Amino acid sequence: MSVRESLLALLASGPRHGYQLRSEFEERTAGIWPLNIGQVYSTLERLERDGMVVGGEADGEGRRAFELTSAGREELTRFLLEPGGEDTPARDGLMLKVLIAIDTEGFDPLKVVQAERSSRMGALQGRRRAHRDADVNGDMAAGLAFDALITRTESELRWLDLCEERILDKRRHPNPPTNGGSHKEHA
Amino acid sequence: MNPVLELRDAHRRYGSGATEVVALRGVNFTVAPGELVAVMGPSGSGKSTLLNLAGGLDRATAGAVIVDGVDVAALSLAGLAALRRTHVGIVFQELNLLPMLTAVENVMLPLELGGAGSKAARGAARSALTLVGLSGKCDRYPDDLSGGEQQRVAIARAIVGDRPIVLADEPTGALDTATGDRIVELLADRAAAGTAVVLVTHEPRVASWADRVVWLRDGDIVDEVTATNTAMSS
Repeated sequence: MSVRESLLALLASGPRHGYQLRSEFEERTAGIWPLNIGQVYSTLERLERDGMVVGGEADGEGRRAFELTSAGREELTRFLLEPGGEDTPARDGLMLKVLIAIDTEGFDPLKVVQAERSSRMGALQGRRRAHRDADVNGDMAAGLAFDALITRTESELRWLDLCEERILDKRRHPNPPTNGGSHKEHA
Repeated sequence: MNPVLELRDAHRRYGSGATEVVALRGVNFTVAPGELVAVMGPSGSGKSTLLNLAGGLDRATAGAVIVDGVDVAALSLAGLAALRRTHVGIVFQELNLLPMLTAVENVMLPLELGGAGSKAARGAARSALTLVGLSGKCDRYPDDLSGGEQQRVAIARAIVGDRPIVLADEPTGALDTATGDRIVELLADRAAAGTAVVLVTHEPRVASWADRVVWLRDGDIVDEVTATNTAMSS
């Protein structure tokens, strides 16, 4: 999560102080990543040090409003237009758990598949409903955030279905074909 | 609420001896009015068999299938056909719309087969087509409708006459994602209006609309999850 660049993007709309930035960040990302106010201010201080933002005088309540500099605007444009590239896949707890379960003696890996699948389907059901509410309220950012979570969960569920099919297939045909041919599928 | 559809320890075997195939082995499954239930599972897990038993298209070899309080084993073939007409609407993946009939005539068909007069049947069919958003296309032939619209006609035919149970077998299989979503929303709307809906699907996206999802494996229900409202958990 790029808090630094997110703050630059919010400041592109005009000067803001830390609490405003925190609430706008959470609003625009559908509350998925709660932000600590300390993190907001430490990031603003680093941005100020690097010349990306400039802070004003403290108001009566001790709050300083920050403004984007032209260097900050250039940095934001660079960040938005630069492709992220293909990183090494992040360590994936789900994948790791299923792979470990497959080779754990005396343990049925289908139990892991089932438990993970139920849990994810429950999450998917909740997210679909939250997405529908976001649509009803015309909140596009929240809608897109839920789209991302929904497609990710769907992909995990499809992978778990594949795991189940492969585990079952292996049980039905414990010995792989020796001639390179494929198994005949039992209906 | 009392279930409108119930499978009690339902078994279905095909063949015997060495060639015996057990498609369902003692399934207990209930659906209440107003509930949308999705059935998932790998191919050969028994999904279609379950749907066929629930729809009275096939009979259990042991156990009971109870539709609106009636044990279907006690019914003659004619009685079973009558129960299907009054209680169960089925949406197949292959839509089975008759190409020489208009949308409204396709939807009228089950009512007319049940002995309803033409005028009453036409009125009910128009209402059903309105519910699925096709009030302006009642007189079109299936070939003049898009895939999503044809699927809507099939759903209208399944819900016409206020049948309390709708069974749908992969109803979004041939549709793009957005059209498929609208079809499932339509089924969810029917459930919200009190119909018991059972939906067989292999798509998590489709199943996630359901109030309850059950998974079959090798003829058994192995898992079940009920919808909650927690969007962020796990």
